[in-house]
Amino acid sequence: MSLQSQELDYLSKKIKRKPNDTEMHIVAAEWSEHCSYKSSKKHLKMLPMSGPRVIREKGFDSGVLDVGDGYVITVHIESHNHPSAVEPYGGAATGVGGVIRDILSAGTRPIALLDGLRFGNIEKDSQARWLFKNAVTGIADYGNCLGIPTIGGEVEFDECYTNYALVDVASIGFGKKENLIKNHADAGDMVVLLGGSTGRDGIGGAQFASDSLETEDRSAVQIPDPFIEKLIIEATLEARNEGCIKALKDLGGGGLSCAISETADTLGIGIELDVNRVHTRESDMNPREIMTSESQERILIITDKKKLVKLESICKKFRVTCSVIGKVTSDKIMKVRNNNAIVASMPAEIVANAPLLDRPSKEPTYLKELQKKTEPKSVSDLSKATMKLLSSPNIASKIWVYGQYDHEVGIRTVVKPGMDSAVLRLDNGKYLAAKIDGNPKQCYIDPKNGAIGCFEEACRNVVCTGATPIGMVDHLQFGNPENPEIFWTFLESLKGISEFSKHFGIPCVGGKVSLYNETPQGPIKPTPLIGVLGLIEKKPLHSQKSEQGDILILVGSTKDELGGSEYYEYIHEFIGGKCPVVDFAESKRNMESVLHIIENEWAKNVHDCSKGGLAIAISEIAMTSGIGCVVSIDNVPSSKLADDKILFSESHSRYLLSVSKSNLDAVLDYLRAKNVTFGIIGKFEGKNITFSKSKKVIVKLSVDKAHDKWFNSLKDLVLHG
Amino acid sequence: MYHVLLDVFKLDVKYFWHEDKLPKDLDAIVLPGGFSYGDRLRAGVIAAHSPIISDVKRMAEKGMPVLGVCNGFQILVESELLPGVLLRNTSLNFMCKWTELIVENNKTPFTNKFALKERIPIPIANGEGRYYVDKATLSMLKKNNQIVFRYGESVNNSVFDIAGICNKEGNVVGMMPHPERAVEAEINPKDSKPASVIFESLITTVGARK
Repeated sequence: MSLQSQELDYLSKKIKRKPNDTEMHIVAAEWSEHCSYKSSKKHLKMLPMSGPRVIREKGFDSGVLDVGDGYVITVHIESHNHPSAVEPYGGAATGVGGVIRDILSAGTRPIALLDGLRFGNIEKDSQARWLFKNAVTGIADYGNCLGIPTIGGEVEFDECYTNYALVDVASIGFGKKENLIKNHADAGDMVVLLGGSTGRDGIGGAQFASDSLETEDRSAVQIPDPFIEKLIIEATLEARNEGCIKALKDLGGGGLSCAISETADTLGIGIELDVNRVHTRESDMNPREIMTSESQERILIITDKKKLVKLESICKKFRVTCSVIGKVTSDKIMKVRNNNAIVASMPAEIVANAPLLDRPSKEPTYLKELQKKTEPKSVSDLSKATMKLLSSPNIASKIWVYGQYDHEVGIRTVVKPGMDSAVLRLDNGKYLAAKIDGNPKQCYIDPKNGAIGCFEEACRNVVCTGATPIGMVDHLQFGNPENPEIFWTFLESLKGISEFSKHFGIPCVGGKVSLYNETPQGPIKPTPLIGVLGLIEKKPLHSQKSEQGDILILVGSTKDELGGSEYYEYIHEFIGGKCPVVDFAESKRNMESVLHIIENEWAKNVHDCSKGGLAIAISEIAMTSGIGCVVSIDNVPSSKLADDKILFSESHSRYLLSVSKSNLDAVLDYLRAKNVTFGIIGKFEGKNITFSKSKKVIVKLSVDKAHDKWFNSLKDLVLHG
Repeated sequence: MYHVLLDVFKLDVKYFWHEDKLPKDLDAIVLPGGFSYGDRLRAGVIAAHSPIISDVKRMAEKGMPVLGVCNGFQILVESELLPGVLLRNTSLNFMCKWTELIVENNKTPFTNKFALKERIPIPIANGEGRYYVDKATLSMLKKNNQIVFRYGESVNNSVFDIAGICNKEGNVVGMMPHPERAVEAEINPKDSKPASVIFESLITTVGARK
């Protein structure tokens, strides 16, 4: 239990007496950083959260976007970092389960999952390899079993995650607008707990997640059961169709304590429940354990008394256990009974609203140190460096990961995972692209511009499929917020995300803050993660292979900003330099132009240029097309950079377009008319990827050999260490 | 599967709950994929004991065309409508990938419009998809022409690269790959026509029976 002494005083003053033991545990769960956002809440208000498509109603645990024709998309993102670092299989699996129930709680069917995974250096560290392997299997086993496709995500390795893991899961739901659950309740309504039994697993999970990871508290990790989750999904959607649900809340961090207090507070009601009526896994659990258990696969439903029989019969049909644990009252009090004894009784508003903090912040001293460092000189063999980058675990193909995820189930996946972003078809004839991106290496060097970069990269990825970004979710992961230097990096990232969001009119429709991501070795690098949803009204870009004679065009300028690049970090083992900065005007212009080109079907394929820079992005197109590419870096728009910088800079707002000769004029005319910075940099032919400068070859790779390296490196590393 | 039968092939298709009885006026039964009972114990083994399976068995014995896909195949095997077992993939991982099938038997209700050795681009998505029978059963399968589909490449070390089989009579077919994920051009990165022939064969068969 981690209620601070000043919080205890505050609570006593508010309820005008000393809280008893059960009350203290309930409040400690709800006032944990994990549940209350007490460090971040004040600042999160700077994020723009409204827009023409955004539907906001009380009690939604997921963001809702109107996609027209009476349909909505829901989206949410969560992490399960602490649990996954201790028990990767169960931690990652229950992370998937939790975010899916948030989608369900709006009354929509989950149709896709994305996951962002981060671990230590898997080349050197067998613990990191173990965490990685098991987290992937945990996600696969859970998502696959539910029949929800995992359509994308990202995987990254960095020494700052040694002995730790970041497991972020985003879920997308789809449904009819008229079926959204309009959370409301009246006195006399029944409070029903539905799903798995409440056990001793995950007790204190929220507090466990609100502290640095120093002990491996396995009992704080929940146990996954995807089959019950599947039954809950089907039972809930049927109950929704039958009008049995007035309000719905997922049981996640903080268990019943949070679900009851937050529901009562949001709906302006009181709830009286009897812990004795909760179906438990063990018979001797005390009220405190029942109220704070975080056993998975449970949801809370408020139903009209008249609909209770119907709800119970639906649960019986799906063999989902449900217990009527209490009723709605009008006194706004959260009252917990154990048979006849009252074990807790406090105003819901007080329980659900922790006193917010105004934490001090200070620019970290490490940033000054980084600025003093001299940037490394170019390697002599650029071919070797490119080849090495292709095999870097951060760049190599993630087929070993997504090959384990059923990314086809539900037959919506029009564009499969593997390149920029997957695309799903929707029932109204439109298409949805979704991508999540993070970049802790850049965010460490420059938290604000790094975060903006993540946002722009996620946008670029959906743009490459022809989608216009319509909404964003963010997941802000940092170390201990009590450290002013860490809190400064949090605020800077948040500012960056807010600025980009405002300028581009892409509202934040949901998110999560995860703090205290630390081990005894120290805090993680700032890891904000951005998920972007893009909508395609007509037709997505179905990438075609580049063929003999096709022209390669680079949109965007390449700048001297290699800080946090894979080239500096993986090849030179150098942390420092200038982080790429997004020029908002250029970004917008490039985005709109690329979308126009895709809409007119002028490009065969469009690929974004990011990790590993131009050299890697071009290689990826050549490798997936199975054809060579001859590139002249003289034509890359840049300001007189050294060769290695042109090849490996990770400047933003850049896109690579493969265009057939017949469409070339149309593309060039359009780009010129729109004043877009671009260069005709290469041509597809032969069996080699070559980069030359002033007609001198500086990089030459065989497509087959490069493909072999890129395709197999990560898989070989995982399987054979 | 339901969407494909209804919207793509315009068939009159209905779901039946596992505890229900099947009506007598059916033309064909399809057991779709999807982790019945969360693959507990062994994929398909619990569902094979569902009340509805006794009706499926009775109708299958009378010659009704029955298709089991993925978990449906596993259920058919576990309920002994088809021989053999489906073991965990040798990778010990779930595998989701596009591959190719070769038609080895074009006499079943689901393959009669194919030419022999025709190739079908199709995805697999399973964790327990490695078909296994002992040598004696394999030669029996070959002798009775019960091997319906083989993989065009070694996908998961299935015996003889078997991807789908039928019963002796040929009316019950089970296959691990997902034809319903391959019949729409928009979803199929290669060619959606070959997989469609599985359902077109069924339509022809059912039409002829009437």
